[in-house]
Amino acid sequence: MTITEERERTYGYTDLPRLMALMTGDEKHGPAATSTLDVLWVLHDRVLRIGPERLEDPERDRFLLSKGHGPMAYYAVLAAKGFVPVDWLPGFGSYDSPLGHHPDRMLVPGVEIGSGSLGHGLPIGVGTALGLRAQGLHEPRVWVLIGDAELDEGSNHEAIAFAGPAALERLHTVVVDNASASHARPGGIAARFEAAGWSTVTVDGRDHEALYAAFTAPHPGRPHAVVAQVEPK
Amino acid sequence: MDTMRDRFAPVAQRLLDEDPRVAVVLAEIGAAGFDEARRRHPDRVINVGIREQLLIGAASGLALTGMRPIVHTFASFLVERPFEQVKLDLGHQGAGAVLVSAAASFDWPAGGYTHMAPGDVALLDTLDGWTVHVPGHPDEAETLLRHAVAAGDDKVYVRLSVQSNAQALPVDGARFHTVREGRSGVVVAVGPTLDAVLDATAGLDVTVLYATTVRPFDAAALRRATETAGTDVVLVEPYLAGTSTAAANDALADVPHRVLGLGVGRRELRRYGTVEEHVAAHGLDARSLRERIAGFTTGSRTPARA
Repeated sequence: MTITEERERTYGYTDLPRLMALMTGDEKHGPAATSTLDVLWVLHDRVLRIGPERLEDPERDRFLLSKGHGPMAYYAVLAAKGFVPVDWLPGFGSYDSPLGHHPDRMLVPGVEIGSGSLGHGLPIGVGTALGLRAQGLHEPRVWVLIGDAELDEGSNHEAIAFAGPAALERLHTVVVDNASASHARPGGIAARFEAAGWSTVTVDGRDHEALYAAFTAPHPGRPHAVVAQVEPK
Repeated sequence: MDTMRDRFAPVAQRLLDEDPRVAVVLAEIGAAGFDEARRRHPDRVINVGIREQLLIGAASGLALTGMRPIVHTFASFLVERPFEQVKLDLGHQGAGAVLVSAAASFDWPAGGYTHMAPGDVALLDTLDGWTVHVPGHPDEAETLLRHAVAAGDDKVYVRLSVQSNAQALPVDGARFHTVREGRSGVVVAVGPTLDAVLDATAGLDVTVLYATTVRPFDAAALRRATETAGTDVVLVEPYLAGTSTAAANDALADVPHRVLGLGVGRRELRRYGTVEEHVAAHGLDARSLRERIAGFTTGSRTPARA
């Protein structure tokens, strides 16, 4: 496992529960927060080419947390990776804290989009991929994290249906599936992406090696969707 | 004379040629006008299909990578249908865009209410930081579109219409223009209502201001006009009646004043027909305007009924 340093302290995956425990007041979103923990960690620790030293670097990867509910795991990872100080975490949700129950890109370093209302991240991710391509920036990858219930939003289906035929190969979606949608998707979640021409992989969302392999699977000419299954809510 | 919308694609294409930051984002409507532009700039002319939420979300993503998106469709589908995207994907994200609408109030009456959005400007008024241009002539539309694209990363709405005044006036993308000066009231004519307002106020001793940029509202111009014309103010707007009443009240908050807001009625007319018939039905033709303006302004030299 890779670990990173912030000041004189290093943080690894095993520190995340303690960092998350510093944030109180949004326990109703606890399951939503922990469902994303492993996906967030593997992406930030091993996949995304980002860091606090390159917040404005046009060549950086873009990670868009669309599922803004229960952002405790997200903030814990951002703190572990040095984007925000650990001493921000206990203020979570308070008037003077930049860390709300839904994240705000204008307040938190490294947060690419403000989210909370469901179904906004993937369309913005499509535009981000288009914008990078139009500027000849072919290296940065765009990752959007959404939830399985969030996938219900029609705006996501507009984005999925467009991105496949548009061959947005720099666009990636990870759907964290904790079976929270009221109406299960016929054929499974991946089928929806496949029908629109995406590359897809469905994996155990707690298995770091499986996640890493899924995140780094080649998908030339197609956007890529990873369905990360975790325990039901 | 060509329409504002006829002017849109050629001007936008020149902007694409001139500025590598510019992208045009479409949802089928108007796409044919960009065939040549798409060949020249395949990565910067984007048609997302009939997907208006994606239209605005994609514009946001483009802006977040540093580009300047011009987003176009009918007002109903540009402002109303994806309103939460306008609020969150642009405003909340701190991202800018130029939204260019067509057919807002009743440019296509035979199309019915599904293609009318007279509340577009009022709806944007619930949000912070939008500049709103309402040109009254294709030449003005071209100028204001250029202002809008050049306005850094601002959030700008450009409202195009088939309704037009006969002559273009100089517009600067900010201030109201004084067309006529009087001493018995101020009439603010917005965009394509100017010709009817000038006909309606012929012989009335009123000041006429011409507004093509309504947000921010040029409060200073209105205050200056009231110094000689008094504080009876009539607003004539080509969209929902009363849209700018609050802005006029704010401009005159510390002086006794009266404001009459004229524009498109809130009640659904549920009629087809022609633009002229809808103008008359909403009381925005010169004869109806004359009655209502003369009846409201004090000290008018002609009786209420002409």
